[in-house]
Amino acid sequence: MVLQSSLKNCLQLSCILRTPKAGFRSTTSGSLIIQSISNDVYQNLAVEDWIHDHVNLENRQVLFLWRNSPAVVIGRHQNPWQECNLRLLRQKSIKLARRRSGGGTVYHDLGNINLTFFTTRKKYERMENLKLVVKALKALRPQLDVHVTDRYDILLDGQYKISGTAAKLGRTTAYHHCTLLCNADKFVLSSVLKSPYKGLKSNATPSVPASVKNLFEEDPSLTCEVLLDAIAEEYATQHHIDHHITLINPADETVLPGINNKTKELQTWEWVYGKTPKFSISTCFNMVYKDSVLDVKVDMDVKHGRIEVCNIDLPEQWLPPALCSELVKSLVGSKFCPNETTMLATTLLRVCPQDDELHNRWSLLCENMVMLM
Amino acid sequence: MAAVTAARSSCRAAGRLVCIHRVRSCSSIRFIKSKYVCVFDKSALKFSHQQRLFRTSAVSCGQIVQFKLSDIGEGITEVTVKEWYIKEGDSVSQFDSICEVQSDKASVTITSRYDGVIRKLHYNLDEIAYVGKPLVDIEIDASKGVAPEEDVVETPPMSHEEHTHQEIKGHKTLATPAVRRLAMENNIKLSEVVGTGKDNRILKEDILNYLAKQTGAILPPSPKAEIIPPLPKSETLPAAPKDKARKIPVPVSRPIVFSGKDKTEPVTGFQKAMVKTMSAALKIPHFGYCDEIDLTQLVQLREELKPLAQIRGVKLSFMPFFIKAASLGLLQYPILNASLDESCQNVTYKASHNIGVAMDTEQGLIVPNVKNVQVLSVFEIASELNRLQSLGSAGQLGTNDLTGGTFTLSNIGTIGGTYTKPVILPPEVAIGALGKIQVLPRFNGKGEVFKAQIMNVSWSADHRIIDGATMARFSNLWKSYLENPASMLLDLK
Repeated sequence: MVLQSSLKNCLQLSCILRTPKAGFRSTTSGSLIIQSISNDVYQNLAVEDWIHDHVNLENRQVLFLWRNSPAVVIGRHQNPWQECNLRLLRQKSIKLARRRSGGGTVYHDLGNINLTFFTTRKKYERMENLKLVVKALKALRPQLDVHVTDRYDILLDGQYKISGTAAKLGRTTAYHHCTLLCNADKFVLSSVLKSPYKGLKSNATPSVPASVKNLFEEDPSLTCEVLLDAIAEEYATQHHIDHHITLINPADETVLPGINNKTKELQTWEWVYGKTPKFSISTCFNMVYKDSVLDVKVDMDVKHGRIEVCNIDLPEQWLPPALCSELVKSLVGSKFCPNETTMLATTLLRVCPQDDELHNRWSLLCENMVMLM
Repeated sequence: MAAVTAARSSCRAAGRLVCIHRVRSCSSIRFIKSKYVCVFDKSALKFSHQQRLFRTSAVSCGQIVQFKLSDIGEGITEVTVKEWYIKEGDSVSQFDSICEVQSDKASVTITSRYDGVIRKLHYNLDEIAYVGKPLVDIEIDASKGVAPEEDVVETPPMSHEEHTHQEIKGHKTLATPAVRRLAMENNIKLSEVVGTGKDNRILKEDILNYLAKQTGAILPPSPKAEIIPPLPKSETLPAAPKDKARKIPVPVSRPIVFSGKDKTEPVTGFQKAMVKTMSAALKIPHFGYCDEIDLTQLVQLREELKPLAQIRGVKLSFMPFFIKAASLGLLQYPILNASLDESCQNVTYKASHNIGVAMDTEQGLIVPNVKNVQVLSVFEIASELNRLQSLGSAGQLGTNDLTGGTFTLSNIGTIGGTYTKPVILPPEVAIGALGKIQVLPRFNGKGEVFKAQIMNVSWSADHRIIDGATMARFSNLWKSYLENPASMLLDLK
């Protein structure tokens, strides 16, 4: 039943296109251009997963257009602590997502457009896709100095990065997606993509920082809508289909059965943080308490986002050693997460003598530990 | 059997080989006896060529196939292995994910081409793997044979296409070769069977269910068994009942198979914190005291005040009233806001009323507290509660909010329930749990029945320093403030 209904809905998706040429029966290229009506990064990433898993791309290719409200998106094998300022993200309620494709970390907001090119594995060709984008931009503004580098970036004026690329290959299908900076908030971008965490050692894929510029700065008439339209036009031309964009709702289970499960999975802690490759932290910080400055050294190994090994070096007798070792024992196995650490540390205080001095020192240590996460 | 034991004793190191052989060929030990002898000839044994021996010696055993890393495209020759989804010894089915590799911003999921058991991983994490070179070794089940890219099955009565990779309007049917054979033997079109496995894969059970629907009988697991409803053979039976008996199919009993497995996880994080707190609470001898409160007047009052609070940007629930009334009560009965030391020698009467509010978040139970309720107005308490609730749901509560509590209220009624038995959170000595507000019939002073908004409260207190009378009097005072909110005005500071 599920098998047949998902096919029916693929058919429905194509039936939404009113032009008879671009149907399933089309022999050459029944390619589709679809655009998401949602700005939720998790829902949009789930759509990519859904298309990758369910749509047969033998006789057609798909272009998916999407934009997100403020979010930081890290690559499949990256370390969020290494890539961005998680404290700032939490403060500003900027979402953190991990995509399934490789590559580096990007900042998305409504001034950034995302393009995903779906093809079969055999027809996977990133350069072609990027050339299509450049061609569209040049058709729009012939004087625009944009070109594709061999790292699959698009540079403006030879030096500013306006687009980054990543890709995912499965058994039979593949997708290549890229960003395009139209009018994003560069200030927020640079502040969230700067990691304050010191002493991190990891084999996770590092990001390569680059100077960026918005196309809007080059030419104020280039809005997101104008750019999306131009790219869709170029794609339609190259794939011999009508310039028609189908809107899809990433929350609609009838059109995309199983999409909500995919969205949920992308939001779980286990996916976003738990998929971080094993890393270690070796750092020290100073705590100012009354008239003295204390040196604290912390060493931790984190695997699957959970603390595997923990060592805290404090000045002797500043805190009861039994309490410290209890804290270390509680932390092992727990998530490398400020909320859990605060919870565990404050719980330990309940079973201690009710001493204000002790409480103050303990809170100070706890707050500093949380700063590492 | 004798050959096997002899072989085993002579080559202990090849014990694993022997075990596999034994399991697979117990019944046919005789005809491979000669092969055993040549396998375990010490001079012929070279451990690096274990795989070769396997292949040449025992025909009836699993064949080890080297699964090579296939072409990634774009002329890429090397990739980095980023994650293994399986480990040595795991069984895999065709199309299961084996690992994730990365090359130049592209992440590739490598899936298995065969059904079998993983025998060797050729790379560790973060090592470079080469296209065209072996990635993993898979031991394929001998009875299934080596499954090539395209399934080749003997010509069945039905057309060849129906049983190989099926494309139904753009969707392939997934099924292992064993399942395909079963379908073919029973003349079933895979396209008509509903798959219930992963990715809509067709499982053996699905074929059997499909068959059951066709024949109208419950089939036993083995497809080869014959299904004959037992017929009464007595000749004394008249013809009519005998016919009847023949027509009614007697269901063959099938062993009920439940494939669920127990799952064990370590206790960490929020759960660990709860274990620590509640284990400490065990030391406290609890006693309970429950009562019901008529909140009819308070409900009305809140309705009037809600929009006023909204204008000031604060959401007003019932909790601020409960908290303020508790604080007023604690002023009269300060022992409920105290703490008993470890040795039970001293009682410390806390000056501040830091009233904790139990919160149910995504991650678990968390109890932040509102500091110094004794000097806060109901509105200020509401505002503070809003702040704690938004921080709590975002997982951003700080140490200051979570420490220093002296008394706790738990509004479990928002979820449901009437009376409960709350557990005191050390180092406190009392806790109150509030049930849901129900509309119930009650008698008023004139003996008439009216609609009352009733809520139940359940208190627990530390019987080492608090007695029942104190708790009862505190509860009565708290109740009177809430049943008659105007009386709170008299005592507000």
